[in-house]
Amino acid sequence: MNTNSNSYTIGYASIMVIIVAFLLAFVSSSLKEKQVENVKLDTKKQILSALNITDGDVASNYNEMVKDFVLNADGTLTEQSANDFKVDYSKEIKENRLHVFECNVNGEKKYLFPVRGAGLWGPIWGYVALNEDKNTVYGTYFGHEGETPGLGAEITKPFFSEQFKGKTVSKDGNVVLSVVKNGKVSDSSCEVDGISGGTITSKGVDAMLKESLSRYKSFLASAVATDANSGATKVEAAADSTAKCAAAKAVEANAAQASGKDGYGDFTAVEAAKANVDSIHQEVKDELKK
Amino acid sequence: MSNLKETFLTPLGLNNPVAVQVLGICSALAVTAQLEPAIVMGLSVTIILALANVVISLLRNTIPNRIRIIVQLVVVATLVTIVSEVLKAFAYEVSVALSVYVGLIITNCILMGRLEAFAMANGPLDSLIDGIGNGLGYAIILVIVAAIRELFGAGCLFGIQIIPDCLYEAGYMNCGLMLMPPMALVILGCIIWYMRAKNPELQEK
Repeated sequence: MNTNSNSYTIGYASIMVIIVAFLLAFVSSSLKEKQVENVKLDTKKQILSALNITDGDVASNYNEMVKDFVLNADGTLTEQSANDFKVDYSKEIKENRLHVFECNVNGEKKYLFPVRGAGLWGPIWGYVALNEDKNTVYGTYFGHEGETPGLGAEITKPFFSEQFKGKTVSKDGNVVLSVVKNGKVSDSSCEVDGISGGTITSKGVDAMLKESLSRYKSFLASAVATDANSGATKVEAAADSTAKCAAAKAVEANAAQASGKDGYGDFTAVEAAKANVDSIHQEVKDELKK
Repeated sequence: MSNLKETFLTPLGLNNPVAVQVLGICSALAVTAQLEPAIVMGLSVTIILALANVVISLLRNTIPNRIRIIVQLVVVATLVTIVSEVLKAFAYEVSVALSVYVGLIITNCILMGRLEAFAMANGPLDSLIDGIGNGLGYAIILVIVAAIRELFGAGCLFGIQIIPDCLYEAGYMNCGLMLMPPMALVILGCIIWYMRAKNPELQEK
């Protein structure tokens, strides 16, 4: 058979392409489900890693501690079904679904945000967990697709991500958490060292934090409401201990209800509760004076 | 039998794909900043090269001459894609570690070189051995370069600190330049220099 004739060459190429296409389609579709499961599990592992949990069973730890919410325009949160766990948060951000993960770590409430950005060679991503005050970093996780090993890729190492612990996220409504050139930290309350030799990746992390966390500005700003809430609790506790009046009890119930309604301080409700507490606190004081 | 042994051993020494044929330099620069990715890359190339060699060797009498390079490329790309899909499903950690290197395997000229020069003219068993030999020859050079770069660039091997703290206290510093791609080229150059100085038959007249 003449393997150099035109018809043989064309026929060979066509058959090869069809066989290869079927083979790849078959492999891809038969393994799809398993791959998606793996990616989901890996995403959950990264989320847990940002919460400083690296041992134990990923799936059960995640189900136990983390709840997935989407931030609405009015600042309230809508819980997502656990079966509908998303892995592509850059798509979610693009389509304006801002996810907030509410986590319960050893009885303390933490908020966790996915952040997405670009490094030197490709996408980089991370998860930033904040304390209940929504302004102090509790833990972080960073990942990358193809940054240079030994340089940019070092952002995944604990020595880098652990620097963020305890840093302040925002001041006066602006995100101030930043990565600066190695050794050039001037404000240690909110700046961390970048990686020498990995300048563009470090800058990418910096831009990613600022860009992604700025989207949660309104949510982070409502930390004031939480402060007001805890302030209210303090005031009411004082009132309770000194006067033990029934009115304060009522307010406590009121405040509890307000915070119970959505847990992260619906601004108006808590503000109202605070005003309520203030007025009753005044009453209590007046009563004490008498 | 001695023929097979020779097929296996020459790529490790006198006919090394990297140090003697100077193939696959691009990926050798990219993955040798640390030992671990270098080993992963070396092993993946070995496996893919062995498989591709066997497939092409089986098809060698049917492949039309004019599109043989395309056929070789399709075989390599298909194999790489299938292996990476299978890894994603059953060994997710490994696939994450491989991430970008998968693309580098397809474009590695050692693969094309071996398919074109060896598998097109030899039987499956010889091709398998040749693939493994060349893959390992490539891996050895990667490991040597990576070990030097990681040791002097970061003071570690496999991410574990090797250079003792007392040396750092005495004023020793890691050489940051070692982690940059140009140093891989310099080290590779030194290896080629050594190979040619030691084996005069490699030198052109």
